Amino acid sequence: MVNHAVQIEISETGHSKGGSMNTREPRKTEEESKTAGGHRIIGSVSGAARLKIILLGLNHKTAEVELRECLGFSHEEAAAALQNFQDEPAIAEVVLVSTCNRVEILMATPSPDAAVEAAKTCLSRSKGLAPTDFEKALYVLEGDEAVRHIFRVAASLDSMVVGEPQILGQIKEAYRSATIKKSSGVILNRLLHKTFFVAKRVRSETGIGDHAVSISYAAIELGRKIFGALEGKKVLLIGAGEMAELAVEHLIRHRSGKIFVANRTFERGLELAERFNGQAIGFEEIPDHLRDVDIIISSTGASGFILNRKQVKAMMRPRKNRPLFFIDIAVPRDIDPEINRLSNVYVYDIDDLQDVIEENIEDRNREAARAERIIDEAVIRFRGWYQSLDVVPTIVALREKMRTIAEGEIQKTLAHSLAHLTEADAAALRRMSDALINKILHDPTIFLKTDGCRGGKSVYLDVTRKLFRLDEE
Amino acid sequence: MTFLIAMTILFYILSTAEYLVYLFAQRDRLYKIGYLLLATGFFWHTLLVGYAFLRSGSIPVHNLHQTLSLAGWTVTGFFLVFHFRYRFKLLGLYAAPLASVMMIISSRLPIEPEQIQNSLKSIWVIFHVIVIFIGEAALAFACGVGILYLVQEHAIKTKKRGFFYRRLPSLEFLDNIGYACIITGFTMVTVGLISGFLYAKTVWGRFWSWDPKEVWSGIMWLFYAVLLHERLTVGWRGRRSAIMSIIGFLVLLFTFLGVNFFLQGHHGEFTQW
Repeated sequence: MVNHAVQIEISETGHSKGGSMNTREPRKTEEESKTAGGHRIIGSVSGAARLKIILLGLNHKTAEVELRECLGFSHEEAAAALQNFQDEPAIAEVVLVSTCNRVEILMATPSPDAAVEAAKTCLSRSKGLAPTDFEKALYVLEGDEAVRHIFRVAASLDSMVVGEPQILGQIKEAYRSATIKKSSGVILNRLLHKTFFVAKRVRSETGIGDHAVSISYAAIELGRKIFGALEGKKVLLIGAGEMAELAVEHLIRHRSGKIFVANRTFERGLELAERFNGQAIGFEEIPDHLRDVDIIISSTGASGFILNRKQVKAMMRPRKNRPLFFIDIAVPRDIDPEINRLSNVYVYDIDDLQDVIEENIEDRNREAARAERIIDEAVIRFRGWYQSLDVVPTIVALREKMRTIAEGEIQKTLAHSLAHLTEADAAALRRMSDALINKILHDPTIFLKTDGCRGGKSVYLDVTRKLFRLDEE
Repeated sequence: MTFLIAMTILFYILSTAEYLVYLFAQRDRLYKIGYLLLATGFFWHTLLVGYAFLRSGSIPVHNLHQTLSLAGWTVTGFFLVFHFRYRFKLLGLYAAPLASVMMIISSRLPIEPEQIQNSLKSIWVIFHVIVIFIGEAALAFACGVGILYLVQEHAIKTKKRGFFYRRLPSLEFLDNIGYACIITGFTMVTVGLISGFLYAKTVWGRFWSWDPKEVWSGIMWLFYAVLLHERLTVGWRGRRSAIMSIIGFLVLLFTFLGVNFFLQGHHGEFTQW
């Protein structure tokens, strides 16, 4: 492996000029490393090394909610914190993602250990916590693992509710702050653009975001299969309970119509009605209200059925057979299951909803497996690009490209206008073209190899690769 | 002529296949291709109908071959327009095979028409036939949507869900477009029947002559009239409406074909072999 002998110098001021990054796919590179993980230790004489990708973070799996609350950054705090991170000499590039479920600090650094320490210090300083308070919850990932992690987070594979769509927007927001602060450079720019690309691909090519996996979501999903839009549908909440109230909140978010609340204790009913901006009704008024409402969510502690088939049947004619959807999340059940046999009436109890969820989780897991494959592929591609961002592979690729062009032209000429040349003449011609290439590439090679190129080596390597289209095949 | 028929059938079948793939793979690009293929088939079909029209100098309904072909043409045309309004992608899975089958049967029948009477060359007849056919195409779709409604209803009611549950739209949506189809179909058929009566009056001197086709058209019309009336007054919707639109379409089919096979009358020649 020739790369080991090459020295690479990185300057801390290495930021990319201009925000637009090339998002072309690098072809799977020939020079893909045999070294596992893709982050070789470059034993250079001067001790300088290529920027490494490090991710430091904590999420809902590693940290309790109290700790996450303490360490979460608001939008403004994040901007200020970015400045602190940037001031650390060990950190060349940084992007800070903070949501209620996670804090992720993505860095590019010449010296990982120092950067991790610096990041911890910054974290404890901005949040006024001792490093020991949160150290246990932290995970540190390097190279491919860090890349895979950020891909998985953005694709919502690492979320508490797998497939939830907000996280991608939050990462985009975090990246925007980083570009405004100019804390992101060549490597993280590329990584983040790839991240968005991968997340989009996962979303469009797998059904990971399609299926509801909570009771209230499952109920909403069913409701939409019955009513289409839930807009304007009137809701009757019978009894109270966390799950029932959550379902009502979901319905309100889908712009449902008026909410009626019936409770054994009228006072409690009033209280809930006020919260949902609805109307409290007496328990005995329930059958009458079946004429108007479309969705009934029931969750009382009653031991018997609250509604029977006859009562509902009597109301179907006045309501002109418009569909009725009962969501019965009480145990024991409130709604007579016989009611489900009425035309245009649908009754789902808690077990039925549980079945929906299980089906959805199965689907989601299947889709998640497909998503992991997309991510694996993206990690390998990114590794290819990352490794190409090294002096030797770049020079080799450059030379290779020149040789290919020269050889093509020589052969064309030898076949036509110089067809009379002997073997020896042709060999001389080739030697000449090789010498020409060496001379032409001499200065660029020296420039790329010397320690003296200011503004960060990765920038020049990146430019070189783009200039000569070395990432195309 | 045979070339046009072959091209029409080819594209209809390709479209059917594409919609089938869409059913499984659920990529939006697929149904768009299916729609384009169907539109291409419709283009050839239009040439075919136009050619037959020019040759006979009147609307080509002089034998079963032509009648089926024209009916298939209105079904496809109706779907192509209908799609713009409602964007019900999966409906192509009903329209494309239906059009294919109609064209295939049509192509197996003798092509040369009998000598036609001059009384059938009037613009009134053309109007009468076109309007009735569009109406019947709409009612055919009401039947298709009704079938899909029953499938989806069954999935939700029995709590089995499954393959179609994911792919079909909501019950409300299906019910609404089924209703829209019936309204359109009923209106068209009504207008078509009235134009037929008026024309009968000018040619034969009477509105109604107890011709079997007339009688069965009347029965069909009454059937849909009752369905609509009940929907508006007591709310026959959902499942019942879906079942009724399927039965209604069977009555329609009998009126369209059966009457000519089993009974006699002055509409007979349109569907003779």
